[in-house]
Amino acid sequence: MEGEGAATERQRRATASQVDQWAVQDHVFKIYGAFASIPRSAQSVILELQRDKHVEYLTRGLQQLGPSFVVLDANRPWLCYWILHSIALLGESVDDELEDNAIDFLSRCQMPHLATTYAAVNSLVTLGGNKALSSINRWMHDAGEIDVRACYTAISVASILNILDDELAKGVGNYILSCQTYEGGIAGEPGSEAHGGYTFCGLAAMILINQANRLDLASLIDWVAFRQGVECGFQGRTNKLVDGCYSFWQGGVFALLQRLPAFGGEGFGTSDVEVEWVSDSTSEGDDEDRDSSDDNEALHPEQDQEGHQSSSHSPESSTAVHIQHSRHNQLEPLFHTMALQQYIVLCSQEQEGGFRDKPGKARDYYHTCYCLSGLSVCQYSRSKNENSPPLPTSVLGPYSNLLEPIHPLYNVVSRQYHDAQDFFSKY
Amino acid sequence: MNWEEDEEKLLPSQRPEWSDVSPLPQDDGPNPVVPIAYKPEFAETMDYFRAVYRADERSPRALQLTHQAILLNPGNYTVWHFRRLILETLSKDLQQELDYVSKIAEKNSKNYQIWHHRRWLAEKLGPDAAGRELKFTEKILSGDAKNYHAWSHRQWVLQSLGGWDDELEYCHQLLEEDIFNNSAWNQRYFIITKSPLLGGLQAMRESEVKYTVAAILANPENESPWRYLRGLYKDDPKSWIHDPQVSTLCLKVLTSSGTNHVFALSTVLDLLSHGLQPSRELREAVDTLNPASSRLDSQENSSSTKDSLGNTICSVLEHADAMRVNYWRWRKSQLIV
Repeated sequence: MEGEGAATERQRRATASQVDQWAVQDHVFKIYGAFASIPRSAQSVILELQRDKHVEYLTRGLQQLGPSFVVLDANRPWLCYWILHSIALLGESVDDELEDNAIDFLSRCQMPHLATTYAAVNSLVTLGGNKALSSINRWMHDAGEIDVRACYTAISVASILNILDDELAKGVGNYILSCQTYEGGIAGEPGSEAHGGYTFCGLAAMILINQANRLDLASLIDWVAFRQGVECGFQGRTNKLVDGCYSFWQGGVFALLQRLPAFGGEGFGTSDVEVEWVSDSTSEGDDEDRDSSDDNEALHPEQDQEGHQSSSHSPESSTAVHIQHSRHNQLEPLFHTMALQQYIVLCSQEQEGGFRDKPGKARDYYHTCYCLSGLSVCQYSRSKNENSPPLPTSVLGPYSNLLEPIHPLYNVVSRQYHDAQDFFSKY
Repeated sequence: MNWEEDEEKLLPSQRPEWSDVSPLPQDDGPNPVVPIAYKPEFAETMDYFRAVYRADERSPRALQLTHQAILLNPGNYTVWHFRRLILETLSKDLQQELDYVSKIAEKNSKNYQIWHHRRWLAEKLGPDAAGRELKFTEKILSGDAKNYHAWSHRQWVLQSLGGWDDELEYCHQLLEEDIFNNSAWNQRYFIITKSPLLGGLQAMRESEVKYTVAAILANPENESPWRYLRGLYKDDPKSWIHDPQVSTLCLKVLTSSGTNHVFALSTVLDLLSHGLQPSRELREAVDTLNPASSRLDSQENSSSTKDSLGNTICSVLEHADAMRVNYWRWRKSQLIV
């Protein structure tokens, strides 16, 4: 009885944030607990990506949407991108007829709004091929709503179309810089709260204009690292709830950082993006044997990652920052990639197809897109570049769960990105 | 404008005043993707909207039409944009328009277009609108204390139209209700750095540190005040490492049992990297938290240098904050030997 009294006391004093958080935690831990208690064979099944179901759900969306989608009417290019990109991540393609229809639709879209331009351009890049790529009318747009998203979408579009120049970049760096908050993350506008979506957009935009070094990266990394909670997924802001879409927005930040030469990365595979402040010293870590983990074991928050030894080494210069390398020339991501995959697959994935924010919420195409994108980020987080296939230890569940790699700056599948680059470099 | 009236439910094709207009159907091409199965009333309303939009007709009936389109889909920015053009051309009463937007916002508090429209209106109305806008955002926040748009709007109002007087008190109220509300902490930072009524960050630091320390001690597991505390010393690492309140706080938290130590440890690590000379008590407090196995490894370095303390902290965190094990390993590798 005393225990109950104390619990009630705790409840009474609990704030709204705490109540909400504990409710989600309870639900998520139930799922993990149930998973841990079933036999290995059953676990393997549950960890499988329901590819067929996902593709079915996605294709249906492309073909026909019900009247409740009216609210997304103005953003149909977004729907297009979310769906097409998800299909591409799953390694599938769209049939010719649907593809032609998509290209035709997108070229008819009036797009005074920058964000939809981004969505349309990314959709067409994802479709690939001459027809899609030549249908992109190249133009510059004024942003209707000035915020960090506008900066990112404008620069991303310009970059992918190979028309990025100083004129565009001028002033944007200062603005994004002013949006980095005392917490370390980036806000939508100066003064607003640090937020995962804007942090991704802000960092990506800064990288595209070669000004990432102007940000307080140490502070940014610290903020993002702490956005991964006991539920294993990411939250968008401090003390808010986990949400599957942040698997990409927050997880993607790490993918971006890892590629920076200053962090031992190879850069972004385009001659446009060179980070100037790089110290080019890289020191290889000691050759270490990796313990291969049993990737079917559910991770409880207290558990460690794969149990490999840390390889510590000293930086060769005070300006260089390193991520540990192993003999496979793989990078160590700064977040818990297996835990995030666990959240995506066990909590966000719907067995009937599609992904959702969190258990209890309905699936939608937006979350499907960003959960899959985040999953890809996790799987390739130890790969030096997209050409080196991930080790099985990087993939939660069967290796057949492996998705296509993305280009983290644009969030389109790598191969399609390179095809588009080749295409537009001829102009 | 009372849209409960039946008359308003009549579609344009049913009204004589629209008989001169040929509706413009949506042209998605012959086989559009992501086609939405529009209900007839939506399709028709938008067909007529397209017609007046194409013709750039800025009339009262066009205004009414935008209203109907908004009801059906408040997310269409083209409709809102055109509505603004009409409002300007017809020199409509913007306070009334604010009434209108407030009603629409009731069910759509996360809609960018609505907030954008509000900002446009408030800007045109000027400083007189400040009170009303603060009240409005307060109302939204009372139902959703972390609504990003509301906070963003509120900050814009304060900076563009004024009304700072009660803001710090308002923030305090919200924190009393929910000390974990990071949006309120963020707003607090905004106020102490930007308010023309206060002295700026440096002047406010003393009192803010006291406030924040109290918040931390009440809930050491609350990340918000820890980051806020760090933020109070932004661009001033010397003050950060030399303020005894900070190290005292860390020591207090680290020596309490059954408490979350992660943020305290992280803070000490940060202080060390900026040159803090740790006290013996701090060192001992950290050592106490060090699991036995790690203690053996670092025995050789156990006593003196701050870098071995940093090393120890990272080791502790690798276990105490296992989700971030890779991050702490990386931090360890960053310690300058």
